[in-house]
Amino acid sequence: MPAIEPELQALKENLQDMLSMVKSQIEKCIKAIDKQDASIAKEVVDDEKKINIQELAIDRDCENILALYTPVATDLRLVLATLKITNDLERIGDSAKSLAKMLSNDLSKNEYKWMKELNVVPMLEVLVSMLKEIGNALRKEDTKSVLKTVKKDDDLNDYFKNALKTTASLIRKNPDEAKTILSLFLLIRNLERSGDLTKNIAEEIVFQIEARVVKHRKKL
Amino acid sequence: MKPIEAKNVNVFYGDNHVLKDISLTIKENSVTAFIGPSGCGKSTFLRTLNRMNDYIESFRKKGKVFIDGEEIYGKKVRVEELRRKVGMVFQKPNPFPKSIFENVAYGLKIHGMTDKKEVNERVEKSLKQAALWSEVKDILVKPALSLSGGQQQRLCIARTLAVKPTVILMDEPASALDPLSTAKIEELIHELKEKYTIVIVTHNMQQAARVSDRTAFFYLGELIEYDKTSVIFTNPSNKQTENYITGRFG
Repeated sequence: MPAIEPELQALKENLQDMLSMVKSQIEKCIKAIDKQDASIAKEVVDDEKKINIQELAIDRDCENILALYTPVATDLRLVLATLKITNDLERIGDSAKSLAKMLSNDLSKNEYKWMKELNVVPMLEVLVSMLKEIGNALRKEDTKSVLKTVKKDDDLNDYFKNALKTTASLIRKNPDEAKTILSLFLLIRNLERSGDLTKNIAEEIVFQIEARVVKHRKKL
Repeated sequence: MKPIEAKNVNVFYGDNHVLKDISLTIKENSVTAFIGPSGCGKSTFLRTLNRMNDYIESFRKKGKVFIDGEEIYGKKVRVEELRRKVGMVFQKPNPFPKSIFENVAYGLKIHGMTDKKEVNERVEKSLKQAALWSEVKDILVKPALSLSGGQQQRLCIARTLAVKPTVILMDEPASALDPLSTAKIEELIHELKEKYTIVIVTHNMQQAARVSDRTAFFYLGELIEYDKTSVIFTNPSNKQTENYITGRFG
């Protein structure tokens, strides 16, 4: 076994751990909304630090592998893809934290109602499902499941477009609450952006496994 | 212009079939690296390019090798002239037990250059091309063997350059040198490719990646893959190549 192998295995495991952490953050946001429980949301805010620590650890491991083992071909692609994937995951984690921050304040019944109208939970569920598929693709080194992930980003885009219309309508009906409704809309914008980031991760997985650059293409 | 072209080259040492149907073309003013595990045939193929294998009794060859369009195993070919045109630098520096000056001038005298001024000029030029002149210009009469290993290797390169080759073959030219001397040889290779066609055998993957334009991977006497070095080291098309360059071979 080449000396680089254990390092690459550890890198893969650490990336899976970070992915699980981010997925768990989003699942907790769903739970916090379902149960209208601010304490769960507070957990998400606190746990975000762990994701940042994991990101830094992976960055350091990648730097060491590049400096000490000078990887090439598939090994090099794994390290390069991992660096980009962790960056994207950290930003998805940030979006979950922003949502959790809002949820950790005791929200009014109206706010929960508007969240429902804006499809916040279905959007979060799509994100969880995309991250699950990303995890499977990384584990099995299979790019087929990645294609499903990319298609689901379209669902998030549709939710976002509808949310824009719903937000306008809610503001018209509740002009005094415009600031709160707009804050909700900005969180939804973050969730839509998280879908784009997850799509970027899918593209990095294709690069890692198949050495194909599919960025900025309509079809993978 | 194709300075080197091999067509269906097969080499045997007795019953041992060491090179199997190798065909490849090497462009002029380029550096080509031959890589592969020990015994894969890369050095044998390198030596086939200037008939160094002729000295081995059991050596047999099929197929053709062209240098600058001429079949080098043709009956009319003068081997000394071929080796002037296709110079070789070996793994271990091998200066003659003579002065620094005489080492570089040796080949010139063999090839009949007698004009002292002309010889002096050629020696100076070759030493400059080999990035050694500034270090030895005041000690040209000193024994070549008093130089460091890295300097000796550059002296051997100067000796090769003096007789104006078109192709330079290098068989692991830096494997016996320290990192600084290795860096100088690599820098030199980079500079020399402007005027010469260079073929280098190396076991150092990173060296192959750093210095060459194209890389050929040999395994068990076969040419497995031959492509741009940037392709070989990022996305080789053959699994055996990938396993070798990532250290997962065998």
